Amino acid sequence: MSDRLFARQAESAALLIRAAHVLDPRVGIDERLDILIRDGHIAELGAPGSLPEPNGIEVLDAGGRHLFPAFVDPHVHLRTPGQEYKEDIATGTAAAAAGGYCAVVGMPNTDPVVDQPSTLGALIDTARHQARVPVGFLAAITHGLEGTELTEMAALRDTGALGFTDDGKPVSSAGMLRKALQYQRLAGGVIVLHEEDPALSGEGVMHEGPVSARLGLAGIPSLSESTMVARDAALARYEDARMHFQHLSALESVQALEAAKQAGARVSAEACPHHLTLTDELVRTLDSRFKMNPPLRSEADRRALVEALRSGLIDCVATDHAPHATHEKEVPFEQAPMGTTGLETAFAALYTELVLQGELELAVLVERMSAGAALFELPVPLIEAGQSANLTLVDLDAKWEVGARGYVSRSANCCFHGRALHGRVLLTLAAGAVAFRAPMLAATEAAPA
Amino acid sequence: MKHLISIEDLDRSAIERILDRAESFAEVSGREIKKVPVLRGRTVVNLFYEASTRTSSSFELAAKRLSADVVSVRSAGSSVDKGESLKDTVQTLSAYDPAAIVIRSPHAGAAQLVAGWTEASVVNAGDGKHEHPTQALLDAFTLRRSLGALDGTNIWIVGDVLHSRVARSNILALTRMGASVTVCGPPTLIPRGIEALGCKATATLDELHEADVVYVLRMQHERMREAFVPSLREYAQRYQISAARLRAGQLLMHPGPVNRGVELSADAIDSPQALIGAQVKAGVAVRMAVLYELLAGGPMLEAVAA
Repeated sequence: MSDRLFARQAESAALLIRAAHVLDPRVGIDERLDILIRDGHIAELGAPGSLPEPNGIEVLDAGGRHLFPAFVDPHVHLRTPGQEYKEDIATGTAAAAAGGYCAVVGMPNTDPVVDQPSTLGALIDTARHQARVPVGFLAAITHGLEGTELTEMAALRDTGALGFTDDGKPVSSAGMLRKALQYQRLAGGVIVLHEEDPALSGEGVMHEGPVSARLGLAGIPSLSESTMVARDAALARYEDARMHFQHLSALESVQALEAAKQAGARVSAEACPHHLTLTDELVRTLDSRFKMNPPLRSEADRRALVEALRSGLIDCVATDHAPHATHEKEVPFEQAPMGTTGLETAFAALYTELVLQGELELAVLVERMSAGAALFELPVPLIEAGQSANLTLVDLDAKWEVGARGYVSRSANCCFHGRALHGRVLLTLAAGAVAFRAPMLAATEAAPA
Repeated sequence: MKHLISIEDLDRSAIERILDRAESFAEVSGREIKKVPVLRGRTVVNLFYEASTRTSSSFELAAKRLSADVVSVRSAGSSVDKGESLKDTVQTLSAYDPAAIVIRSPHAGAAQLVAGWTEASVVNAGDGKHEHPTQALLDAFTLRRSLGALDGTNIWIVGDVLHSRVARSNILALTRMGASVTVCGPPTLIPRGIEALGCKATATLDELHEADVVYVLRMQHERMREAFVPSLREYAQRYQISAARLRAGQLLMHPGPVNRGVELSADAIDSPQALIGAQVKAGVAVRMAVLYELLAGGPMLEAVAA
């Protein structure tokens, strides 16, 4: 585990998984195998039935279900400190484990903001006691996310920050951002940006287009995001900085990203399951579950995101898991806070809406689900002998209704609520320990029906 | 039909049924005793989160003329003022077992949310910039009385379309009734994509002579502060409807309240082409018909038809 990931102590797993369909595109495995996990590490892989059953080790018959490298989410809101009524490190990381994740990266827009080494230190200490899967943290770029004063980036890095972001807000001033990019040369750590021009977004609450015109809701135009991607990519190039764009939502942003990468800027980008599968047509319901920032956009935007994710122009999937309490979301659309939860549904939503629809190959999806790790200088989960066990066992045929049995997350504001999805996570191993096990996989049960 | 949230809840025949009933109720309003016992013993709650004169008073009168008990709650001075959520307020009022809740809110979708929290029928009396369906119905009623039918008529809606729920509901209602609608206003106040509602959009009054009906929207002073228009003077020069800009035979409408000298000149307001007073008068009869449609339904009662 990286020295910038933190989790509670957990018992190292010892497990023999028989007859799993192992798919790890990075390693180049796509076949049915037995896999022996000992002392939290992958000890051996072999043809089905070829591995002997060591004494005292639990045996699980996967029955041909899929075993993937576990997922890594570079963008979650765990709400600690200060907003534990929405989520905390224990519930948020439990939701991550239930979604097949072996590591997540928490955002600093908490209360207080993570802009001081002492705040970050306390948060890391909490994670060491509560985190079910390893957590890394981004610290703020500017004090209070106000965009006017740099945080002590070097000291925050020494304390354990993976990088820096004012997520939830853009760094509006190009001059301010430039200073952060220059200072990155001393502090290290990726600079992670929520791209939005506040003057163009105005009071907007949804994508600007025919649906916002119909509903009389103030619109957020696509160019609110894309113009900032273009501006900041130019800054990244000029300062040779390492920059990551969060939650791209618009076709024009994809074009700006492509131009930046072609010009040699050291930039990367993520896209969220909701932007990859849903459009602003859903906002016609005025259901606040469909209110997030950036907003759900048009079908043309969605298709551009999927194509960019497929080609690798967009590097990875991130959920932007943003829990809010029921009473906060049970208000008229304009008054509701922005955000949807996503950890428990990310893989199933993308598998159902993209892979089963023929828009994306399964192997590509599996790779993108953990591609955030390398971008944030975290260990990449690999299914090969000697690696720490970061694995998720998924039943691709299992169909389930989102929210029908509640959520592991403390909050229920999921934009996929009520949808029938295919693909259920049965087991997650994170950093060598069992972090999640579906009730149907009872410890004594060797061969699930 | 249980609720009236949006014009999209109504097809042409439902609109015509409501307007036909409104004709009967208009007759009731002409009687010395302006009451029918249709909703006797039933309660209508008016829940207004925004200032309103016409809509709130006409809903109150409409319910009273149907013999309902009426409770009017305004945000100022109520528990709403004390920070109570919309959901809690609605659930509290629902404890009185109202037959209908009429709600006006500054936020789109409020009426729809309320419908999910109460057993009562819900009438949207304006939700943010989204819809104001009873205004559109009374406008259609007024026009039908003047023109007979709306089929093939050319209706221009002029002014601040961006911030207007009246415009949205009217585009939907009038096109359903067979009219063609053009919206006209400063490009900063015409929402991108408005054509998707089935109307045309233009930035000048150059072709205004094509209109059979000129429907003028209220121009709020704060739009200038928000830089949607540089000045009210420039707005008036380009978009004010005056008697000189109206051609003979064109009808003039406005949902009120009017900013005299801004979107309308005094000579236009007072011209015989103006239907503004008729619109206000239609408000009571049409809202009676809406409450009747939701709460009584079925064929007309003897007492009303008589």
